[in-house]
Amino acid sequence: MNSYPIQIKPFGVHAILIEWPNEIERSILDDILIFKDFLFLNSFNDKEWEIVPAYNSLTLINIHKNIDHKATSNQLENLYRERKEGAKKQTHLWRLPVCYDPEFGIDLEEVSKHTGKSIEQIITLHTTSTFIVYGIGFLPGFMYLGGVPKDLETPRKATPRLNVKKGAVGLARKQTGIYPQDCPGGWNIIGNCPIPIFNAEKENPCFVSVGDSIQFYSITRAQFDLHVIQAEVGIDLLKKESTRA
Amino acid sequence: MLKVIKSGFFTTVQDQGRFGFRHMGVPVSGAMDQAAALLANAMLENDENDAVLEITMSGPLLEFEEETWIALSGANLSPQLNGKDIDNHSVHKVNAGDKLAFGKHIDGLRGYLAVKNGFQTPLVLNSRSFYSPITEINHLDSRMEVPYDEVADFEPKITHIKREDIDKFKTLNVSLGPEYEILSDAQKELIFNGSFTIAKENNRMAYQLEESIGEHTHIMLTSATLPGTVQVTPGGKLIILMRDGQTTGGYPRILQLSEKAIDILAQKTFGDSISFKLP
Repeated sequence: MNSYPIQIKPFGVHAILIEWPNEIERSILDDILIFKDFLFLNSFNDKEWEIVPAYNSLTLINIHKNIDHKATSNQLENLYRERKEGAKKQTHLWRLPVCYDPEFGIDLEEVSKHTGKSIEQIITLHTTSTFIVYGIGFLPGFMYLGGVPKDLETPRKATPRLNVKKGAVGLARKQTGIYPQDCPGGWNIIGNCPIPIFNAEKENPCFVSVGDSIQFYSITRAQFDLHVIQAEVGIDLLKKESTRA
Repeated sequence: MLKVIKSGFFTTVQDQGRFGFRHMGVPVSGAMDQAAALLANAMLENDENDAVLEITMSGPLLEFEEETWIALSGANLSPQLNGKDIDNHSVHKVNAGDKLAFGKHIDGLRGYLAVKNGFQTPLVLNSRSFYSPITEINHLDSRMEVPYDEVADFEPKITHIKREDIDKFKTLNVSLGPEYEILSDAQKELIFNGSFTIAKENNRMAYQLEESIGEHTHIMLTSATLPGTVQVTPGGKLIILMRDGQTTGGYPRILQLSEKAIDILAQKTFGDSISFKLP
């Protein structure tokens, strides 16, 4: 297990922030998640505390208590030294369908122009990469996915769209992701995923967790329509292909 | 049922918020001015977390189908019961068929209407607070109906509360945010020695401020944000996240509002001025 220099900072009276080195790195994310699980078992139980992991940080929030920042900061430093990899929580690899039909992939041409790759090559690059979930936020179920191959990197659109469709799969520089609801957005849209990442009616509203991996596979327009209907009637389409420690 | 005859500008159901789902990107939501919502509930001896109506600026026209007791608090939006003026911060018996209307917006921005035992819209992820698409509805429209209990046997212990003028509060107490130190001395000086104007872009998600404190070039990885987090854009504009604010963000978090400061800001609107102060 790697150890990193961590920094602990006050964040208002109800929150405290722990920061790892300022890098997008799988090993840093793993250390963050190990520490998060360790904290839930040691004095920071999930009845009182909400813990939000993202890239290189953990934010601990307790709305019921005014945090004594000095004491809590000392306690966290000690806990970081004592942390153990407990019964490791499994992370999952999810395979998600994307329809790259031009009806959905409205910016495929532009991405093609920018990257010099054909639309087929773009789809191949996007479906053969494995992306890591570095954070969930911005909107319910929005995943910050890292691991975009260099050949696919495309800047954000100069002018954001006022309405991006739910399920739209976007590309922006080193990030790719799925818009979980209709909203304004500035990413290049290359397809649409018919499986909702977030569903408030489910016992676990968001099946993806930070630390999971995502692979996309290409589906036809007809399969897309079928998946939309299947999702509406509640048929589970998720492919959780493998789990790993 | 409470029948919405006219919708008004923007009326929602809110409790104290939706907790435990931030790591999935779900905002906390809840009454913007929580102290005012708590006060309306307290006047009716309700639970703190009972759901109230949050009424923004211009109020709806409402009809009660069952008898109950109501309490009003927050902004004074000139409430009228069956055409007769009633006081803000007061408790009233309502009967089946009674109509509650609102008139001129006197002070503040958001008024609160509580009923005995709270409004009974569906609980979604442990909260009744409207936030689309977590809840089906984003705000009340005419012809909608809001469920509540019929209550006949209640004797209020308090019927009236005297409150200070809501508009006299202009100072927001803050603590330093995690990225405060990226600011130059001149920028720090501007933050604490100047006053700021609320921009047109203000809603339950965020309040933008008009003035710029000057550009910065700090780049950071996305990290958690909270209601009351003050972010600075690369161009130097300040954005204060509110109750429906996103759970993560990539702009430097330079200040964090106190709980009371969030309540104060929730009563401000376009053109109002505020200033920041360290306790």
